[in-house]
Amino acid sequence: MDFQPTQDQRDLRAGVRDLLAGRYGREALRASVDAGGALDRDLWRELGGAGLFALRLPEERGGVGLGLPEAVLVFEEAGRALLPGPLVATHLAAGAVPGAAEGTAVVTAFDLDGPLVAHLGDADAVLGEDPLPAGTPVRSADPLTPLWRAEPAGGAQVDAYREEGALLTAALQVGSALRTVELAVRYAGEREQFGQPIGAFQAVKHLCADMLVRAEVARTAVYAAAVTADGAEVAAAKLLADEAALRGARDCLQVHGGMGFTWEADVHLHLKRAWVRARQWGTAARAEEFLAERLLEEAVVP
Amino acid sequence: MDLTYTEEERDFRARLREWLGKTLPELPARPSPDDWPGRRAYDLGWQRRLHDAGYAGLHWPVDAGGRGATPTQHLIFLEETERAGAPYVGANFVGLLHAGPTIAAEGTAGQRARWLPPVLRGDEVWCQGFSEPGAGSDLASLRTRAVRDGDAYVVTGSKIWTSHAEVADWCELLVRTDPQAPKHRGISWLAMPMDAPGITVRPLRTLAGSAEFAEVFLDEVRIPVANRVGEENDGWRVTMVTLSFERGTAFVGEVVACRRTLALLARTAKANGRWDDPVLRRTLGRLNGEFGALWRLTQWNVSEAQRSGGVPGTGGSVFKLAYSHARQELYDAAAEVLGADSLSLEEEWTLDRLSSLSYTIAAGTSQIQRNIVAERILGLPKGR
Repeated sequence: MDFQPTQDQRDLRAGVRDLLAGRYGREALRASVDAGGALDRDLWRELGGAGLFALRLPEERGGVGLGLPEAVLVFEEAGRALLPGPLVATHLAAGAVPGAAEGTAVVTAFDLDGPLVAHLGDADAVLGEDPLPAGTPVRSADPLTPLWRAEPAGGAQVDAYREEGALLTAALQVGSALRTVELAVRYAGEREQFGQPIGAFQAVKHLCADMLVRAEVARTAVYAAAVTADGAEVAAAKLLADEAALRGARDCLQVHGGMGFTWEADVHLHLKRAWVRARQWGTAARAEEFLAERLLEEAVVP
Repeated sequence: MDLTYTEEERDFRARLREWLGKTLPELPARPSPDDWPGRRAYDLGWQRRLHDAGYAGLHWPVDAGGRGATPTQHLIFLEETERAGAPYVGANFVGLLHAGPTIAAEGTAGQRARWLPPVLRGDEVWCQGFSEPGAGSDLASLRTRAVRDGDAYVVTGSKIWTSHAEVADWCELLVRTDPQAPKHRGISWLAMPMDAPGITVRPLRTLAGSAEFAEVFLDEVRIPVANRVGEENDGWRVTMVTLSFERGTAFVGEVVACRRTLALLARTAKANGRWDDPVLRRTLGRLNGEFGALWRLTQWNVSEAQRSGGVPGTGGSVFKLAYSHARQELYDAAAEVLGADSLSLEEEWTLDRLSSLSYTIAAGTSQIQRNIVAERILGLPKGR
């Protein structure tokens, strides 16, 4: 047993981080906000070219031929960078919807716990749906996730994708959670009050420590679920990652004080996206009920 | 990221499982928790069986008398013994998990030869003389003083929260050997024989009602200078070695026990109708997810230690923080399952609930662990 990532996996993660830092840095992020979350098609094609969507498609079908462990490492980086768009749905559609693997098509899904669907206006297809349904735009809480109210025509055939969707979404949440720890720690080390950096105060220090603990536990759960693909581990990964991202962003906002409550700080972007993802591919309630049922099935040595 | 076990590791597990299946039914009945001499005999008997079967000091280096097993094999050992319901390390805790590894890492050849074999064979019990009434989490502010007199230290002071003090043969003792030095620099680590004149042990009753640990009073106790492990006034560094072992591996087996408890709780709730309460059901489901993840975190930390050569890192503090709180939530959930019966001390889960209150305090409080995570992992500035 060696649970640590292999050198190839580390290199892959580092490569994606570099790519995103160059192609989707803070200026691009704020430009996306100003554009109301409209997708940058050039960026989408570049992500496709880098293999983000075709990562798990077999090589003989034009994919990269890697597995879930590699996919969660890549999605963790996408979450860290707050990369917008229906990344999970398009990734799941690779090989099934023409153009998804290459990033020439944008594919969304009825993955929310309700009648809303994200990025419908930019979408070329909806996973498991044909034709593309019509929808009414809804003002979205997350400036990077435009929402439409729409009815699935074909009954939203997303059940087959639910577990993988939940796991990849959890990986995005973990990336965001780890990023908010970094943002909070950096701010706490720079911002001075009462003659010293606020990070020297235990109250602030303990907020940051708890953020890291939640993120690290969630990250391990996500990695383990990627390796085993076990349903209960996927549910646990989603549950813990949602919580790490949500509470991490809130604590990060708290550490930033009044600055954290402004539009200029990126913290709210992490929090709002985490809210969206917590509703995608399965909620906390669903995960907890599933994990409870699983307990009854476990063999118990008295 | 590979969670599969090698053929060698699977073979190790299979042989251990077979041995446990054969050995556990032969064990005598467990003594009551308050019967310290009985517990000592029981725990040492278990240690002797482990020794004779070649499982003693599994994770210790070979030149310290151990098996030199990989961290993964140690993990398998803890998992299998807990799963089979084997005795907990008990009175051997300090010897096997604190003092032993410290002597193995920092002791002279003579000290290793004197103290390590009896721990592995199950002949001697150690206790831990670190905490003091006035020191608490600020361990380095300890005041028990040792004055050099010829070839001995004369030690006066008192220690507290000392588990197994009444039945221990040795105590790993922190003393102040230089009162003028900065507080972290004037400390030394001594092995104190518990039968030396001048030692008084007074049992302390915990909130769970049991005499779980003791106060130890030291009145001009003479301890040979040869019993000092590490240099004089270098005891703080030696202690940090000990504490890294404590946080690194000491709680690993308990995660398995918690998962078993959780599954039993679910069955009990199903049987008594409490399962129909969605709030309780969801709490149990959440705990299932948390303990599953904590088990994976254990494997993660063990893999990391294996790559870095076996010394546990600061990941232990992350684990301890998450684990100690989850464990308390587990027993709060048990109380919900039991309902009014949770007020009865006849229920084992009630006693476990009371005991679990120590988890966020013992071995470094959650507040101290958060400081460690914030300062040593995240690099935040030190507070005043």
